[in-house]
Amino acid sequence: MMKGLKKWRLFSLLAVMMVFLSGCGEDYISTLKPSGQVGKEQFNLLMLATGIMTLVVVIVSVIYLLAFLKFRRSKVGENVIPKQVEGSHTLEIIWTVIPIILLLILAVPVVTATYKFADVAAMDEVDENGDKTALTVNVTAKLYWWEFEYPNQGIVTAQELVVPTGQKVYFNLKAADVKHSFWIPAIGGKMDTNVDNLNKFYLEFDKESKDLKDGVFYGKCAELCGPSHALMDFKVKALSPDAFDTWVASMKATDGKMPDKTSADLGEATFAQSCMGCHAVSGTSGPGSKGPNLTAFGDRNRVAGFLEHNEENLKAWIKDPGQFKPGNLMMNAEGTAPIYGDLTDEEIQALATYIMGLSVEK
Amino acid sequence: MSSYTQKKGFGATVWDYITTVDHKKLAVMYLLAGTLFFAIAGFEALLMRIQLMKPNNDFISAGFFNELLTMHGTTMLFLAATPLLFAFMNMLVPLQIGARDVAFPFLNSLGFWLFFLGALFLHLSFFMGGAPDAGWTSYASLSLYSPGHGIDFYVLGLQISGAGTLISGLNFIVTIITMRAPGMTFMRMPLFTWTALVSSALILFAFPPLTIGLLMMLFDRMFGGNFFDHTMGGNTIIWEHLFWIFGHPEVYILVLPAFGLFSEIIPAFSRKRLFGYSSMVFATILIGFLGFMVWAHHMFTVGLGPTANAIFAVATMAIAVPTGMKVFNWILTIWGGSIKVTTPMLYALGFIPSFVAGGVTGVMQASAPLDYQLHDSYFIVAHFHYVIVGGIVTALFGSAHFYWPIFFNRMLNETLGKITFWVFFIGFHLTFFVQHFLGLMGMPRRVFTYMEGQGWDQFNYISTIGALMMGVGVILMVINCLMSIKGKPAGRDPWGDGRTLEWSIPQPIPFYNFRQTPLVRGLDPWWIEKQEGNKEITFAEPVGDIHMPNNSAIPFVISIGMFIAAFGALYNPDADKPWSIYVLIAGLAITFGAMIFRSVKDDHGFHLHKEEILEIEEHLYGKGGNK
Repeated sequence: MMKGLKKWRLFSLLAVMMVFLSGCGEDYISTLKPSGQVGKEQFNLLMLATGIMTLVVVIVSVIYLLAFLKFRRSKVGENVIPKQVEGSHTLEIIWTVIPIILLLILAVPVVTATYKFADVAAMDEVDENGDKTALTVNVTAKLYWWEFEYPNQGIVTAQELVVPTGQKVYFNLKAADVKHSFWIPAIGGKMDTNVDNLNKFYLEFDKESKDLKDGVFYGKCAELCGPSHALMDFKVKALSPDAFDTWVASMKATDGKMPDKTSADLGEATFAQSCMGCHAVSGTSGPGSKGPNLTAFGDRNRVAGFLEHNEENLKAWIKDPGQFKPGNLMMNAEGTAPIYGDLTDEEIQALATYIMGLSVEK
Repeated sequence: MSSYTQKKGFGATVWDYITTVDHKKLAVMYLLAGTLFFAIAGFEALLMRIQLMKPNNDFISAGFFNELLTMHGTTMLFLAATPLLFAFMNMLVPLQIGARDVAFPFLNSLGFWLFFLGALFLHLSFFMGGAPDAGWTSYASLSLYSPGHGIDFYVLGLQISGAGTLISGLNFIVTIITMRAPGMTFMRMPLFTWTALVSSALILFAFPPLTIGLLMMLFDRMFGGNFFDHTMGGNTIIWEHLFWIFGHPEVYILVLPAFGLFSEIIPAFSRKRLFGYSSMVFATILIGFLGFMVWAHHMFTVGLGPTANAIFAVATMAIAVPTGMKVFNWILTIWGGSIKVTTPMLYALGFIPSFVAGGVTGVMQASAPLDYQLHDSYFIVAHFHYVIVGGIVTALFGSAHFYWPIFFNRMLNETLGKITFWVFFIGFHLTFFVQHFLGLMGMPRRVFTYMEGQGWDQFNYISTIGALMMGVGVILMVINCLMSIKGKPAGRDPWGDGRTLEWSIPQPIPFYNFRQTPLVRGLDPWWIEKQEGNKEITFAEPVGDIHMPNNSAIPFVISIGMFIAAFGALYNPDADKPWSIYVLIAGLAITFGAMIFRSVKDDHGFHLHKEEILEIEEHLYGKGGNK
């Protein structure tokens, strides 16, 4: 009977585990549905670890339940004084050695993978022309938004990371103000962006993102960074290598683009007047601007990283960014008004139309 | 009638508690203060869970949510779990080793008042411009950036209450080493006393790094010290190291006494001595030692490099071995015993699977490359709540039931206790089990809201329902405690299965604990005496004069001085508050004045004479004493 119980427990637990671990989550954000090599290996480790741990939990539970069921006072008798056993060396050795073996089984792949994921030597490899062979992205995390610079291509974008599939993409990670953490759950584990030093790691994107629900993978800030930490999302567009090259070329083609203060387009003129100090509209403007680069804004999936991508939301955002992301730096220090002053509704409408029209893909 | 047997008025009682140095009264004070802060922090958790009940909720604002999550973590660890465990350590350690008080009763009182006033100071932040909002870890870049005085409240409040904790830890070490009754060798000490000893040793080594870290933070915020300001050559990672060199042992500081409490409950209600006592002692020491070797597993994603990550990963996994030893020893204690499922035993039985579940997810997170996915997600939230609620809170609730007669000479209601257990236990698993999956599904921790369409809605809803059930459980627990005031006196060894010295003392326990110092003849001395048919423990001395410490208001005054000085320090950086420096000086003057007064004035305590003892016992137990 107890054997049957054991088997039943094991099967049902494993079944529940498989349902939970493979069925749960959305493929654009869940670590349980990885779309990259790093994430897949981490998922395999998760499976191995969960397997071992389920075994442990099941064994402990079975012994524990047996002990509990067999030795109730109502069964053994009210006045029975049990034998006062001191202990058992054999048992002690068994439950010391078996866990050690289980841990060793886990430790070997853990140590191997730790070194593997930290191997970024290929970042510095160059071809015969002295060009870097690997794609590197410099990620700078700033209060509630992300800047992505492609140093070898000489382009910059923000909020939406664009990467080619089928190759290792290397990342230099840094924070500009306070500590953040760079995480694309469906692709692979995270790494912190420190304020003090550059962190390096790589990820691989196996699957193009266009078939996903929103056409993008979701990225998250994983380290508490202030009131709007929860809203510091970014998106990842994984393209085929050809499509990526096209994207890079069209980003480069925006070289030198500057909004004109005297433009007949009220939106462009307003942008030049009120926004240009922080936001660039050229993909080659270089990193380090105060606000996100807006060259490809029209191609993006979200306004401010999390709001639905439409003009209404953009207008509302421009009117009062603090209402959506408290503590963001488009507001003055007191958080009472935007730093670019009050714009008229007409100006905001024109501005929104202009910004929505900034695109390299259309 | 002597002064010891007179009934006191209300004012006199308050004064008695402010000035008391009696470990039992201080234990009750720790219990009350700890419960108060436990309730506050639990309420904060409920507010957060209600906010996260549905996506895009606007129940509380983003800024306030960060204050709540910071205060929930800080309060639960420093101001609820620590004092509640100190309540049990204070009450039980002297009784278990056959001592009349702790080694330094004065310091015991000082430790309490520093803790309490530091905690009070921290909580005043809610009413004085906003609570700290950088997480209980208060990572340096964010905490230096944080506006207002919230972080200053955190730094100063924890500094003061941390000093109290350190003092109490030292006191327990000295007490356990020097004040054991004749025959109470180290290997005859009850396991709770052992865990109290190891935990106190951890406090001794773990709190100084926190003190240093807080002091540096204080200098950074008050005087522009630049220890952690990277733009001025400082380094924020140093804060992370200092914090976790303290923070990881802190987990063991809390969980070891919880293990100890269960190691008392399980043998009692299995009517069987603890299986593998010596290996339990060894495992406790080993866990305490290894606890200092693993702090960087909180920092796997910081970028320490693969070698550091690999070493800390393997070291962390190693802790699973002694912890596993403990679990198996508990189960083998039950095996072959005679199990009576009382409420404390129910908590112990619920603890084993819950804690094992929390332990195995710990091993999963020790796997560094896997942790890259789990770190700072809801998985870790689930993990540490399984350890802390499943391990420590169940220990506290179970022990409250178990030791209530020692504290108050009353029993808690068993039926209500069992109902409470099931409500709380089911609520707990409902709250946190699904959070594992939320984390795996990509939900970061410490988020005040989340958008729809990420697949998280359902589990968050379930989690909130569970949290509300836990809230109901806590309320039932408090009702049970309040009801016990009207209960009947419990008397000596009310469970009938007591094994250690504290159960041998007649109730109510006189303030000097033992009329005669007991003679310990083995592990579980009271059990040994009962098995030999003795109604009384064997004594090591005849009835004689007892040397006891005097009450003193000085610890309270010293602490009040620190409390006042903290306000001065807090407002000192503000240009518009020139008076703050005088407040600081006045506060420190009170503190140091009281310390000098204490140093100059000799206080040798007093002797309780044989006749007075007999009079007290007649008053407590009726004619003929407790023969």
